[in-house]
Amino acid sequence: MKLAYWMYAGPAHIGTLRVASSFKNVHAIMHAPLGDDYFNVMRSMLERERDFTPVTASIVDRHVLARGSQEKVVENIARKDKEERPDLIVLTPTCTSSILQEDLQNFVNRASTDSYSDVILADVNHYRVNELQAADRTLEQIVRYYLEKEQAERFTFVSEPLSKIPSVNIIGMFTLGFHNQHDCRELKRLFQDLGIQVNEVIPEGGCVEHLRNLPKAWFNFVPYREVGLMTAMYLEREYGMPYVATTPMGVVATAECIREMQACINLFAPAINETLVNYEPYIDYQTRFVSQAAWFSRSIDCQNLTGKRAVVFGDTTHAAAMTKILAREMGVQVVCAGTYCKHDADWFKEQVHGYCDEVLVTDDHTEVGDMIARVEPAAIFGTQMERHIGKRLDIPCGVISAPVHIQNFPLGYRPFLGYEGTNQIADLVYNSFTLGMEDHLLEIFGGHDTKEVITKSLSTDSDLAWDVDSQLELNKIPGFVRGKIKRNTEKYARQKQVDKITVEIMYAAKEALSA
Amino acid sequence: MLSSPTSETLTFECETGNYHTFCPISCVAWLYQKIEDSFFLVVGTKTCGYFLQNALGVMIFAEPRYAMAELEEGDISAQLNDYQELKRLCLQIKKDRNPSVIVWIGTCTTEIIKMDLEGMAPRLEAEIQIPIVVARANGLDYAFTQGEDTVLAAMAHRCPVHYAAENEQGEHGQALEGLLSALPTTEHTHSTLLNTQAPLVLFGSLPSTVASQLSLELKRQSIQVSGWLPAQRYTELPSVGEGVYVCGINPFLSRTATTLMRRRKCKLIGAPFPIGPDGTRAWVEKICSVFGIEPQGLEEREAQVWASLKDYLDIVRGKSVFFMGDNLLEVSLARFLIRCGMLVYEIGIPYMDKRYQAAELALLQKTCQDMNVPLPRIVEKPDNYSQVQRMRELQPDLAITGMAHANPLEARGISTKWSVEFTFAQIHGFTNARDILELVTRPLRRNNSLESLGWAGLVKNKTDQSYT
Repeated sequence: MKLAYWMYAGPAHIGTLRVASSFKNVHAIMHAPLGDDYFNVMRSMLERERDFTPVTASIVDRHVLARGSQEKVVENIARKDKEERPDLIVLTPTCTSSILQEDLQNFVNRASTDSYSDVILADVNHYRVNELQAADRTLEQIVRYYLEKEQAERFTFVSEPLSKIPSVNIIGMFTLGFHNQHDCRELKRLFQDLGIQVNEVIPEGGCVEHLRNLPKAWFNFVPYREVGLMTAMYLEREYGMPYVATTPMGVVATAECIREMQACINLFAPAINETLVNYEPYIDYQTRFVSQAAWFSRSIDCQNLTGKRAVVFGDTTHAAAMTKILAREMGVQVVCAGTYCKHDADWFKEQVHGYCDEVLVTDDHTEVGDMIARVEPAAIFGTQMERHIGKRLDIPCGVISAPVHIQNFPLGYRPFLGYEGTNQIADLVYNSFTLGMEDHLLEIFGGHDTKEVITKSLSTDSDLAWDVDSQLELNKIPGFVRGKIKRNTEKYARQKQVDKITVEIMYAAKEALSA
Repeated sequence: MLSSPTSETLTFECETGNYHTFCPISCVAWLYQKIEDSFFLVVGTKTCGYFLQNALGVMIFAEPRYAMAELEEGDISAQLNDYQELKRLCLQIKKDRNPSVIVWIGTCTTEIIKMDLEGMAPRLEAEIQIPIVVARANGLDYAFTQGEDTVLAAMAHRCPVHYAAENEQGEHGQALEGLLSALPTTEHTHSTLLNTQAPLVLFGSLPSTVASQLSLELKRQSIQVSGWLPAQRYTELPSVGEGVYVCGINPFLSRTATTLMRRRKCKLIGAPFPIGPDGTRAWVEKICSVFGIEPQGLEEREAQVWASLKDYLDIVRGKSVFFMGDNLLEVSLARFLIRCGMLVYEIGIPYMDKRYQAAELALLQKTCQDMNVPLPRIVEKPDNYSQVQRMRELQPDLAITGMAHANPLEARGISTKWSVEFTFAQIHGFTNARDILELVTRPLRRNNSLESLGWAGLVKNKTDQSYT
């Protein structure tokens, strides 16, 4: 048992549901007790999703405990099959069903014999993997299922011919992902600039029937380390497809990523269209003139950031990229870089080696909080949790990674990847630091306004007495509205020509004034 | 509006139970704030923790007095000793927060692995010297607000004993007072009441302001409220026992009511719930009738409140509502909205205790007759999918629904109000009637301001594809 208030990565089934509901026309059925379908609320609220989330629960209740859930699960699958005609139904186990140890695979087999949809059981162990690992696995599972099905239908292993012009699959765009929609748009733009065709984007907006086209692409691109690597490795193993897994976040990393793509393309280019590609001029032009970040790091603004101390914490992709941007592109001193992805700690340590003073790998937010309190950075780049730690310690924080709140699902265009992403990040960094500086200066010079506000009440000569009870009642009211309520009550009392305010008067005032 | 009321008696239907609601462990969110010296320990998995973290949002960051005892693989496979593990965590909580009570919330997982929380609690309580209350608020058995019911039912066992004997008050009473003064009870002597009325304990968690508003409402009828379950602090739990009258203020407290009646020998006053001015009046009247008091000035008070609601009533009159059902407040709210002149198509509700809600159901029926509208259908354990189909037919002006369906329905041109807000807003008593209508009319007022823009349906159909 572990005492916990907050967790960075969610439970496994959330990962599976994120994959399933990112695809078009895929329905997930959770084997779960009442109330576990909280995922639907998150998707509907955070993503402001217009469509009903394609996730339903096959409810585990007392009856199920007594008799097993076999009939119920099979019925629910059959029913959903009729109602919505999905291409695929993913039966999703939860922590509860893991303990029940029912043979869910058997239910899936039974249900799939007479359903129009394909039915699979998500292969995740709730107690061994977290949200991100589960998403990675489920995505690979679905891709493998459809490719194997395709091969089986053709009776022999046939390799798809590659497309005429260089093409790519983007693997790992998700619902509820941190700025994923904006990143996806930015990446598509990047590929268009480079003359690379986007073959398939999975899972977001993808269609399972199109998965068979995956091998047509020249290479795969995995923008985020947490989810998609397993799929890319599977495709490399089975179809010999190379993949690029360098996240194009920051000017240097974006260039690196583009050079890796160039290598992938030049692997096949001579054979297919007899030309080699050279992206160096593109990288040079973008770096110097499209992205403002390279110029920014030269400018006087950024000079002032030199040697400022920062802390970075987040998922491996964003925390590693951010650490490198701060250290090598802006001259900021990263005193501590950390991640909550404990399963991928080695990769993270290797990435940030040489770019930070210390590394912290933990999923305990109190440890992160203690570290921040100890090193007292000038700014924090982390998740929502770090933002709140920053609030408490009065240190500005830029949010760079999930878990996030609704304000990290902006309506405006805010990619973190690609050349536009570098501009966004420069703004984020600069705003975090200058705001901190501004506050500091204000404090030194004694605040904006040196004149003290004497009173905020309408009348300064209050002739009204508040009895003890009403005063206690007044104190129960949250501070930010207390003044208003006090004023309104006194106004009411004056109208009624009462000179002693009691609790009754307070309530009467509320009733009268809200009317 | 429909002129001929159809059926004379209420009909209850029961569907599949495939509906969205909050997990009952969410009750810790408001109960830890209500009971100031408590600490809530939810014994469950990451799934429970993730739900709390997301549902309670910013509260997490305010050093809340609740935490997860997160079960790991070793706990599930019984490689670790539950008792030792819980002891370790509870000692840590004692050291860090020193609460007056620790409430263990049992979850689905503790049910399935049959962790004997009730058996361990008394032993551990004796060992660490902090009361431990066990409530099984799990999703296998309960929905959302019923979580509070399980906690309060467990607390009812901890209330100090009330000694009924009025005539022995002289010597015995004083001796008792001497004895009890060492104990953390506050109002064990209710003998100084206004008119030697029997003690009345109200049950249900309310913000303290609303609780004092309701107490005051009864005081106007010279009825003294001798205590609330729960009180502001665990150490102030009211005394209950034979001769004590109890009355519920929320429709989801049937287990608490049963416990108070059967185990603590209290007398339950079955009244409609004080939601809306009509409900509040009926509630006060019922309590008065039990104590043999002629209510004073209630009618005028109700009329006055209705008059002050006029602007909102003009908005809602004639509009139709559909309750998808998730928090058990549905019947009371529907009854109030019908009185406001609305037409209720369907009352979805997770669970219907016809005995505990009898008075409320009777008032609903009467209200429908008075307003000359057909009785709504009451659907227990609703099926959200079928409900959405029905809504497509009926096109209600307002759907009161959970967050999972709110945005998709709005995109399809059906106005929605998020049902959970009714759980957190102040909706009880005469004073707060306006707040209910404030919530109900908000989508309708928003519609008025956006009316001329012509963007009601915002879901893509085939003709829109070409522009993407």
